[in-house]
Amino acid sequence: MMKKVKTDKPAETVIHGIFFLLGLVAVGCVLLITVYLVIAGIPAIREIGLIPFLFGTRWASTAAEPSFGILPIILTSVYGTAGAIVLGVPVGFLTAVYLSKVAPPRVRSVMESAAGLLAGIPSVVYGLVGMLVLVPAIRNLFHVPDGASLLAAILVLAVMILPSIIKVSITALDAVPKEYEDASLALGATPIETYFRVSVPAAKSGIAAAVVLGVGRAMGEAMAVMMVAGNVANMPSLFQSVRFLTTAVASEMSYSSGLQREALFSIALVLFLFIMLINAALNFLLKRGAGK
Amino acid sequence: MKKFIAAVLPAILALSLLAGCVSTTNPSGSGLAGSVSTDGSTSMEKVIGALGEAFTIENPDVKFTYNPTGSGSGITAVSEGRCDIGLSSRALKDDEKAQGLTETVLAYDGIAVIVNPENPVTGLTLEQITKIYTGEITNWSEVGGNDAEIVLIGREAGSGTRDGFESITGTADLCQYRQELTSTGDVITTVSQNPDAIGYASLASVKESVKALAVDDVLPTEETVKDGSYKIQRPFMLVTKTDTALSETAQAFFDYITTADAAEIIANAGAVSAN
Repeated sequence: MMKKVKTDKPAETVIHGIFFLLGLVAVGCVLLITVYLVIAGIPAIREIGLIPFLFGTRWASTAAEPSFGILPIILTSVYGTAGAIVLGVPVGFLTAVYLSKVAPPRVRSVMESAAGLLAGIPSVVYGLVGMLVLVPAIRNLFHVPDGASLLAAILVLAVMILPSIIKVSITALDAVPKEYEDASLALGATPIETYFRVSVPAAKSGIAAAVVLGVGRAMGEAMAVMMVAGNVANMPSLFQSVRFLTTAVASEMSYSSGLQREALFSIALVLFLFIMLINAALNFLLKRGAGK
Repeated sequence: MKKFIAAVLPAILALSLLAGCVSTTNPSGSGLAGSVSTDGSTSMEKVIGALGEAFTIENPDVKFTYNPTGSGSGITAVSEGRCDIGLSSRALKDDEKAQGLTETVLAYDGIAVIVNPENPVTGLTLEQITKIYTGEITNWSEVGGNDAEIVLIGREAGSGTRDGFESITGTADLCQYRQELTSTGDVITTVSQNPDAIGYASLASVKESVKALAVDDVLPTEETVKDGSYKIQRPFMLVTKTDTALSETAQAFFDYITTADAAEIIANAGAVSAN
């Protein structure tokens, strides 16, 4: 409900109304996308069948006898995201502890703006660097025939989620009351003990939110991944060419038709549900953090 | 004063845009109006789209439509009179010709098989290519190259180049791709980065950074594609009814795209013009 603000000026009411309408734009977009995705995504699932669609292991959308199983694609997205979190979170989290608690102000300002810049780099640039530097490097380093693989995608995603993890973790750590830390130090704990035994536990819900944010970012990334992962719908394996949910939609959409196109919408719906789950988890964590 | 300038400048800019539009609209005086409808091969999308665009720029009153349905559907559509010109990326079958349809070659789609310039292999037979892409041959040493695993690079499902390559080499649905990329440029970049890779791309877009292989001892060039000696190619056909004349507008379009003037547009769209 909107709160009526008592005012003599009718202009105020008009402006309130305009702001309310502008707010509705975002809500409307979310509703529109949700409804559209559900409507567009259901027919193909109906035709293929939910179980063959979700748990089928072969994706051959234009074959003479097409097959629309997306299990390898789902697993790739899950493994890829998990890999990026395993690599990205420790680095991002420890960076945040260092910047928030240990680093001199000058170092902090330089490193924080560097992390901010990292967030501003378009994903196609990550993809390009990955394609031209990382993929050949993996090929030579591990002596595999081709470097475009799940590993390349994980490395790119790990770097891409760093900025959001660092930023949100820093905010959480900065918000820990100084008295907590002072008390710990006064009791004889060393600064490092204090940061990890007092500050981090106090900020844990914020840090958890940072991780979930990273998961969401990694799950939804398409462009950079498409350029380094090879895009073949194999079962995920570190040095195999793989296809993510996002790239499955993006790579085939342009020339698709008929059931193939409908199936792509269904993949988008699955991806959307994953992202919704992640967002729900994020909201839950943030609310629990605020409630304390 | 500043405010005045600030107000007037955008207006002038907007006006100059309008003026630009007016002056570039070429009053060719062709007087052609009406519509041209085409229907058929999705592989021909780029070529026919570019030609349609060029034609409608010269004849602004003509409405050009293209319905990407596939060669078979295009041929059916023209025989049923649902479109003016059918588009087919294969030659007509005898029974289709017997139904009173005529084919005219618009262009040839030559697909080059490319490898890294470091690769010592300079040519393969069509059969070897088929075996490589179906996974029967997996090492370059089996075809006279280094002892290294062959890395197969292809295009995404639905791509016209993939469809053309797989149907000519007889590898449809059988290819064991290592990478499926979404553009010709990506394929060329990837092949130029990996000494063991093999890929395919439209002849027109092959660059210096990769080496095009001879197929059955014939190197892909415009001439060898045109005279049919290079094997991995297919015709882009215009299908019309033999006994029914095209409408004036459709005939004008037909004549326009089959003259030598259209060759450059066709080349820019990635094919080799037949005329």
